[in-house]
Amino acid sequence: MMKPLRDVGLVGYGAYVPRYRISAEEISRVWKMGEDNLHLEEKAVPGLDEDTTTIAIEAARNALRKAALDPSKLSAVWLGSESKPYSVKPTATIVAEAVGATPHTMAADWEFACKAGTEAMQAAIGFVGSGMADYAMAIGADTAQGKPGDQLEYTAGAGGAAFVVGPKGESMAYLEGSHSYVTDTPDFFRRPNQHYPTHGNRFTGEPSYFTHTIMAARALMDELGYGPEDYDRVVFHQPNSKFPVRVAKRLGFVEEQYRDGLLVPYVGNTYAASSGIGLAAVLDKAEPGERILLASYGSGAGSDAFSFVTTECIARGRNPIPQISDYVGRRREIDYAQYARHRGKLMMY
Amino acid sequence: MSLAKHWRLQQQRYRLIGVQCEDCGAKLLPRRLVCPQCKSHNLQPYSFKGQGMVYSHTVVYDAPSGYDGYVPYPAALVRLDEGPLVATQLTDVDIDEPYIGMPVEMVTRRLREHGESGMIVYGYKFRPKLKD
Repeated sequence: MMKPLRDVGLVGYGAYVPRYRISAEEISRVWKMGEDNLHLEEKAVPGLDEDTTTIAIEAARNALRKAALDPSKLSAVWLGSESKPYSVKPTATIVAEAVGATPHTMAADWEFACKAGTEAMQAAIGFVGSGMADYAMAIGADTAQGKPGDQLEYTAGAGGAAFVVGPKGESMAYLEGSHSYVTDTPDFFRRPNQHYPTHGNRFTGEPSYFTHTIMAARALMDELGYGPEDYDRVVFHQPNSKFPVRVAKRLGFVEEQYRDGLLVPYVGNTYAASSGIGLAAVLDKAEPGERILLASYGSGAGSDAFSFVTTECIARGRNPIPQISDYVGRRREIDYAQYARHRGKLMMY
Repeated sequence: MSLAKHWRLQQQRYRLIGVQCEDCGAKLLPRRLVCPQCKSHNLQPYSFKGQGMVYSHTVVYDAPSGYDGYVPYPAALVRLDEGPLVATQLTDVDIDEPYIGMPVEMVTRRLREHGESGMIVYGYKFRPKLKD
């Protein structure tokens, strides 16, 4: 188990989901994929003027407001994403400038498919836990794309989640410990200059998502001496609506524990933000003293598992700072033609 | 493409940073070197809260170069709570939804990009207030 010498926790958190939605039914209308793909209701689609940078900025601003923290005290702004607007030029510098963390800070982009955000969180925990910094921000944000007609098109959504890691005494939820589990598994990848990713079909599911998530979560619980019954809430990476439910059940959790963090049916798979948005939704509803298990998953492949306990500060800033439910409830449905325009699939010039 | 121009405007565009007159209290956006109300040179940076109301609005169908990917889009004059009137785009809103007096808040969005290989310019837009 990983645990820093200095106790740390989440001093603030924030999330963001774009306004636009396309239903699975509408995608199926175009591609005639049948009922099997309708297990999501809809997914979030970024606006014409949104990208990973703008999504991360709003999530980061919400997190700073929750933390009631002067942004110049952030010693790092770390952003995990697979949909960076620039290949060379850190997205995190734009976010750090926009939230007011610059110039005496670190900023970098992290890459690990859908667990890039929690990879940044592990690093932020170590950074603050070592005493090198008092506060560090870890963000996961994505505007992922699925090839038209591909199964991924039903799920690839957009969103962001940001967390301010700081001293335990100021935390809304403090860290009990974490564990990471990584192997070289070719389940899903995208080569440079390729717009859409490729599935390693043989490796999807069991050897990748399930093995890594279960190994990380189980190792952490074993090391802490906890079982599923010791957790009030649990959040997993949500590539579709089946996998997180199946992995929760295999680990011995019941619906009451995973229900509040399961947002994929309404926003889609938000990639590096997926488990973070789930955690934000859970923190929005949690009472003091609740134990929460978070286990991300990133293709390639790996999982980061964290055990948090909420504190008396958990309700800080619940109003008027937007909650996840405010963003999920703000929805404008679009059709496939508008979706094609929003996602840059129309060549205009 | 003027990289330097965009870089100079970052503080204003990303965080609505203008100035406050230390003598008469006027809050100004964009930043000025002399207070237009009292002629004072004693101006300090001021970060606007980003809350305001639609003062007037229109719809742009024939956009300047670089903005044509967003048409049709609503544009507005927004009266900030602190006083200044800001010319801006409205976002996250259908073109027939804005009305005079609509409560709005600042968000940071893509303003334009300079082609496939050029710089992406980010800055403020305003959207209907998400939460009271």
